[in-house]
Amino acid sequence: MPIDILMPALSPTMEEGKLSKWLKKEGDTVTSGDVLAEIETDKATMEVEAVDEGTIGKIVVPEGTEGVKVNSVIAVLLGEGESADAAAAAPAKAEEPAKAEEPAKAEDARSEQEQPAAKQTVPAAPKAEIAADPDIPAGTEMVTMTVREALRDAMAEEMRRSPDVFVMGEEVAEYQGAYKVTQGLLEEFGPRRVVDTPITEHGFAGVGVGAAMTGLRPIVEFMTFNFAMQAIDQILNSAAKTLYMSGGQMGAPMVFRGPSGAASRVAAQHSQCYAAWYSHIPGLKVVMPYTAADAKGLLKAAIRDPNPVIFLENEILYGHTFEVPKLEDFLLPIGKARVHKKGKDVTLVSFGIGMNYTVKAEAELAKLGIDAEIIDLRTIRPMDIPTVVESVKKTGRCVTIEEGYPQSSVGTEIATRVMQEAFDYLDAPILTIAGKDVPMPYAANLEKLALPSVQEIVDAVKAVTYTA
Amino acid sequence: MATRAKKSPARSAQTSAVKAPKPAEFTKDQELEAYRHMLLIRRFEEKAGQLYGMGFIGGFCHLYIGQEAVVTGMQMSLKDGDQVITGYRDHGHMLACGMSARGVMAELTGRRGGLSKGKGGSMHMFSKEKHFYGGHGIVGAQVSLGTGLAFANRYRGNDNVSLAYFGDGAANQGQVYESFNMAALWKLPVIYIIENNRYAMGTSVSRASAETDFSRRGISFNIPGFQVDGMDVRAVNAAGDEAVAWARAGKGPIILEMQTYRYRGHSMSDPAKYRTKDEVQKMRSDHDPIEQVKNRLVEKGWSTEDDLKKIDKEVRDVVADAADFAQSDPEPDASELYTDILL
Repeated sequence: MPIDILMPALSPTMEEGKLSKWLKKEGDTVTSGDVLAEIETDKATMEVEAVDEGTIGKIVVPEGTEGVKVNSVIAVLLGEGESADAAAAAPAKAEEPAKAEEPAKAEDARSEQEQPAAKQTVPAAPKAEIAADPDIPAGTEMVTMTVREALRDAMAEEMRRSPDVFVMGEEVAEYQGAYKVTQGLLEEFGPRRVVDTPITEHGFAGVGVGAAMTGLRPIVEFMTFNFAMQAIDQILNSAAKTLYMSGGQMGAPMVFRGPSGAASRVAAQHSQCYAAWYSHIPGLKVVMPYTAADAKGLLKAAIRDPNPVIFLENEILYGHTFEVPKLEDFLLPIGKARVHKKGKDVTLVSFGIGMNYTVKAEAELAKLGIDAEIIDLRTIRPMDIPTVVESVKKTGRCVTIEEGYPQSSVGTEIATRVMQEAFDYLDAPILTIAGKDVPMPYAANLEKLALPSVQEIVDAVKAVTYTA
Repeated sequence: MATRAKKSPARSAQTSAVKAPKPAEFTKDQELEAYRHMLLIRRFEEKAGQLYGMGFIGGFCHLYIGQEAVVTGMQMSLKDGDQVITGYRDHGHMLACGMSARGVMAELTGRRGGLSKGKGGSMHMFSKEKHFYGGHGIVGAQVSLGTGLAFANRYRGNDNVSLAYFGDGAANQGQVYESFNMAALWKLPVIYIIENNRYAMGTSVSRASAETDFSRRGISFNIPGFQVDGMDVRAVNAAGDEAVAWARAGKGPIILEMQTYRYRGHSMSDPAKYRTKDEVQKMRSDHDPIEQVKNRLVEKGWSTEDDLKKIDKEVRDVVADAADFAQSDPEPDASELYTDILL
């Protein structure tokens, strides 16, 4: 069978081009890789190489022809023992390629393929059923501990449980952690599993992802998430997307953890909340706990999770103490919000350090006779909107509280979703309290102004409950 | 300072202890194996180029034509369980690892039978079974990831090595040196293979690199390296054997600069105006990796023209079958849109 040589496309958007020059003539023998012709578009000139071997039987489109449609026959190649007569059977219409409206064979094949696709509708995003928190058996001993200790215990327990779990990062081993979160781990697990890295975030994040792709379970500690900006390509493009790009063959079962958000007086480059940033990315889970119990239960769950989990801690919260149930294996579900305090007049939604302002504001509101319900989101992605919606259906009012920047914030996401899912239940606009839209200033007074305040929350609640 | 002065001579001695090995003569079987593998990559890529021209393949398509000896020679130095990772010019690496021509081609056309179910495309394919870890589109990212593969081998205490391929362009990315540092510090069994095809997209090596001898890029980290004729599969294989032995023995990372050449543009839409036709033609006529093997096979009387034609026919059949499959296999079901995002 003679082989049709077709006008190639230089890019998926090219529709036609000029056949500027033939470098072979009829009767010439060609082998794979030989340059047959040059074609030109408004953007580039390209060579057409032979893919098959044979003899040029017929040149269908003469050089200098403009507007040659992609996939129209430009020449006919004869195999061994084939005659030019066979080539004569080539479609004569191709001599006026600019007018060739009949699609070439390949286009036929393609459009057939695309037809079913055109009828396809966007499938619904799957809804994951997330279990409720486990019941704490009556009589369970509660231990008072700091968030820092809870995080350390979570890692130690999971490292005892699985030899595939290891922790790596700057100063995690011999220095015992820049914020002492990894204290004691080196002594118990040794340098093979508690790995001090050089100051090289982009590099060690990539090393962690590579190790995770083989099935190990790295915990990559960033001294702060501000420094993870250097590594964000590996987090997004390698860790979050590999499972999808590989058609489910391999992913990155790992945890990236460390403090996020403002500490105190460390200025613009060290004071930024990353909750909204990472919550934008499909393929990641994003956790930001407030209490020590949540920190422990959720970090243990994150380490066991087969997906990459961003675990956002807070330097100020590290030293806060909470009650943690003394249980053999205390795990909490990622993706489930916790009703921190029940109430009926307004729903306050917060997470992480934002909860610090929220619980104080709730106490102030109680004095004013306002009974606020507090929802601690705990996980930013997947976001437990049903719990928020249920609450808003009861209270009719909602205020969100976070330290991050106001535009495209976690609060604006909550406001959008609640507006869409519970519009008829709302008695007032949803207000979103966030950090101010400025780089974090250093001066003590300006820093205080840049962060949310208890008074702002109280004022917002008064506004939405029309009690101002 | 005193410590540094003391350490210095010993270190440079180690770095210079590794010399590029002389290419060993191949046996008949090795020549035939190399011929068949390189030819498969060549014919596959030509067909991919053709399907791209016909609109069956979308987006980016970076062909490996001209560089076939690099992956072919390196793969002949590996044992089962050794891992491979590379950038976006990856079709040749996947075929060399033994991934199916049908699976690769159907991924290029975005069909459900593609190695990533049509969700990855030309730049993103993986195979757990063949220990191929992608297929990465961010220039240089595979170097840190490949170092992580080696980290995992050392963590598990096995004797596997990882090969991290990257180009002369990627060699200027910062994370490459972050990885070099950690690999040397922790003596990780990783072989960094710099495929120097002389052009980072349209920028020649001399216009982008202050140090154009890429084998020296590890000197600051005490990583040995040497330059290899990447057009001669025997030279590649000899270098591969040496490097793999070095890494497997626990001596740490090593760098191989493969001096190679891509015949085609950076991607399908690159007219390659930054180099002369003569330069390309000279490489093709004087240094073609496949012609070199073919000539030796014929000169030594190991194969007749007919024998080689038979191999050519078999390879063409594999490629034609892959192309047919890739055009007839259905696109992924719409329900695949939301799968494989989270486990």
